[in-house]
Formats: sequence, structure tokens, C-alpha cells
Amino acid sequence: MAKHKTPLLDELESGPWPSFVSDVKQEAEVRAKNEKGVEYQIPVEVCEDLLGVLELSYNDGETHWKHGGIVGVFGYGGGVIGRYCDQPEMFPGVAHFHTVRVAQPTAKYYTTEFLNKIIDIWDMRGSGLTNMHGSTGDIVFLGTTTPQLEEVFYELTHDADVDLGGSGSNLRTPAACLGMSRCEYACYDAQALCYDMTMEFQDELHRPAFPYKFKFKFDACPNSCVCALARSDFSVVGIWKDEIRIDQEAVAAYVGGEFKPNAGAHSGRDWGAFDIQKEVVDLCPGKCIKYADGKLEINDKECMHCMHCINTMPRALMIGNDRGASILCGAKAPILDGPQLSSLLVPFIKVEEPFDEIKEVVENIWDWWMEEGKNRERLGETMRRMGFQKLLEVTGIKADPRHVQEPRHNPYIFWKAEDVDGPWERDVNEYRKRHQR
Amino acid sequence: MPIDMDSAKEEIMAFLEKKTGAKSKFYFNDFTKLFPDAKGREVKKVLTALVKEEKVEYWSSGSTTMYGMTGAGKQGGAEHED
Repeated sequence: MAKHKTPLLDELESGPWPSFVSDVKQEAEVRAKNEKGVEYQIPVEVCEDLLGVLELSYNDGETHWKHGGIVGVFGYGGGVIGRYCDQPEMFPGVAHFHTVRVAQPTAKYYTTEFLNKIIDIWDMRGSGLTNMHGSTGDIVFLGTTTPQLEEVFYELTHDADVDLGGSGSNLRTPAACLGMSRCEYACYDAQALCYDMTMEFQDELHRPAFPYKFKFKFDACPNSCVCALARSDFSVVGIWKDEIRIDQEAVAAYVGGEFKPNAGAHSGRDWGAFDIQKEVVDLCPGKCIKYADGKLEINDKECMHCMHCINTMPRALMIGNDRGASILCGAKAPILDGPQLSSLLVPFIKVEEPFDEIKEVVENIWDWWMEEGKNRERLGETMRRMGFQKLLEVTGIKADPRHVQEPRHNPYIFWKAEDVDGPWERDVNEYRKRHQR
Repeated sequence: MPIDMDSAKEEIMAFLEKKTGAKSKFYFNDFTKLFPDAKGREVKKVLTALVKEEKVEYWSSGSTTMYGMTGAGKQGGAEHED
């Protein structure tokens, strides 16, 4: 028998989709039976009370959570987000219901042993409820009490060898795609860079000093599996700058129907015979592909690296050999000025250990943003407010046609005297010889 | 110009003690204004040291973090953390 009646929440279970309500009820049942004999350190009825407070909020049309607080683990300014219920007598199990963010292993590879370990910690010291994964990528533990925070932290770091993630005005837990571990399109080792940057910037991750959050994300190719340029302040996207490699025999095999396009994806219905003109050539945004007399040609100078042709014919086309990454800055979700995608800052950079060049770009950006950024202002907003030209100046990067986002949108570029060859002094008398007053 | 750790700590604590009452939580930028010639990262080191000494504590909403004098403001009492 449920502790609280939840007719409104029960409605959420009636649809065809999986419901978090069913999951919470299942966990409530497991905790009540406690067949594993877990020594629960927070109230057993935490899940029941979570459902209760949610039902109350649905009835009242307002939240009963108080968000934020001073709670955390000693020395860390992030990783824990305080949450309290404003009806603690009615729902004692969720009087404290703090969130703990746990850094995900890069590219989210983990063993079942690791998962069992962290879930054992959380079953005993928290609600047992998790969010796999939060938007930033962290493993999110939902709901524990203040006295358990240090215990959870100790066991995570000592037994599971994993750290807390970022929250607040910190560097957030960096995220990378699978990269070279599984993907032949990887233009650089995204996991190596992600791990290195995570270790290098530990202080920024755990001790907040930024105007607001700051996110790194690493995509090893422009397919952007972690969607870096839409989701991070500092996006590193793999790219090549030479030619796409073409295997003409394999192209012929695609045209002849021997190989399935898109590696056999979209095979749920019959799309008819593969039409290279319609499905590849005509869809190229750079209009740089030609297929004639059984030969595929690409004018690589016009290639926009959209990956469409490569994705469609992966056995025939491969990324180039001169590989590195582009760095883009300033993506963010709404709040001020609406959502924003990243803007290209570094068109091409080699990605090689110890990654000093990339770190230098980051540090220059931080020095500027920490000084000029307003409170709660994302980097993308500072860039809009102060101009992209300012970002170029502080990072010491020369303006490049590829920085132009919208041609003719704003034709005024303010050059400084030292940027342009003079002479700046003129002889007025000489001038008047050629120009009447 | 590098800042002297001990005098910077005193200055920050004096700032917090003076303000407490009207306001108990401050953005990082409020502290950098106290040291206009110093880099933000130097100020951060001072604040980190004060956190270690338990004189200053973080307050986080989850998206933004602020600093305050340990125990100052309503937060501690309201959250039954005392």
C-alpha cells in the first residue's frame, strides 16, 4: 500500500511511453522490501515521499522544493546542489534531497563492476534514484541528506576512483565523443584531450571563480556526436584540411547496389535503388561534388566538411590525412538573447600532446571573461556584448574570412593603426595640390 | 602586481564583516573589485584559502555560485544545518 495517494502521477503511467513514476514506485518497493539487507542511511520512505511531494505540487500548481544552498563537500564549490522540501513534516523522507553530480568516465565507458560499486554506495547513502545522464553528461545522484554528502564523496573517490562533477560557476564536467576508441572518422583523440583538460583544470572544475558556468566539449569529427558546437562555451571539433580520400571502385559498388548506402541504416522501408546524383551530389552544401562517367570528383576547396557524402558512402569516402580540430566558442541555451551556436575562433589547430596550444587559447579566454564578464553572463553573451573582434584581440588570433558568419550583415571593421601599414601622417600641402578646398 | 596573501585575507574578511547584515552572499566579481591590480586567479587563491580555513563558504544555486562568511545570513538556520 503506497504511503501517499498519487492519482495525478498515476495518470503519467497510462501512456505508451516509459514513465519515471513507475521507476520511482519500483525503487520505493525495493527499498521497503530491502531483500539485500542494505543498511539505509537516509529514510527508507524517501521515494514514497518524493512521489507525495510531487503529487502535492501538481495539486497546488506550485513547487514545494527550495533550491540551492551552502551544502557541499569540504573544499569543493561544486558537485552538490542543495535541495530542501518546504513541507518537511508531511514528507520527512525528502526534507533534504540534495543532488550529487558524479563525473562520467570520458565517452561514458564503464564496467558493470564500476556501476555496481557506485549504485551500492547510492542505495545505502542516498535514494537509489539516478539520472543517467544529466544534460552536461554527469552521472546524477538524486536525493540524499546533508550528513551523507561527505560519506558519499569519500566512498566515490576512495572505492570507485571517481570524482564529483562540476556545478555552479565552475568549469563543468568536460564531455567527449567515443572518438578514436570506436570511430574511423575521428580526426583527433577526443578522449585523450578531454581527460587531459579535465586533469589540467581541476581547480576550475571544483573551485568556482567564473562569472557563470563554462563548458568544454570535444567532438572528434564534424558529425558532432556530443553536439559540442551547440552545447558548450568552448567546442573542439575534429576536422581535416586536405582532400577527402576517394576509392573509385567502392563508389562504383555503391552505384551498382553492391554496398548499401548509409552503412545499411534507414533500411526500414524500400527507398528504391541508390541514386548518387540525388542522394549525394545534389545534397552537397558546397556544391563541390561531381559524378560523371563513373567517376566521383570533389573540389575540396569548397568542401564545408558537413560529412554527408562520407556518411552516405563510408566505404568509398574517407576523411583526409592532414587532421586536427577547429575551436568554436560561445554556444549556450536560452535565458539572455535566446540560444546561440558557437562561432568559429580557430579554423585549424593540430591536436597533439601536451595540448599546450589549446590550453593557451582557453586561458586567454578565461582571463578576459573573468575580468569583463558580468555576473551570470555566459561567454557567448560577453562575445555578443563586446564583439567578436575583442575575442580575437584577447586570444591573439588574426581575423580570417572564415570568421565571417553572415556576409554583409555588418560591413564595418575597425582596424587599429598598428594593424594596418601606414603612412598615417600626411602633408596637407601635398594633399591640397591634388584636392581643391 | 602579486597580492600579499595575509593582507588580502584580512581585506576580504573586513569587507564581508562590514557588509554582513545587508547582504550575506557575494559574487566572485565583488572580490576582484577589491584588488583592481590583481588577476582574478590570484583573488581566487585567497578565497580558496579562506574556504579551507572555514572562514568563508560557498553558496550554490546549482547554476551560479556565491561566497559568504561562514554562518552568515539566513541560509544555515533555514536549512537546519546548524
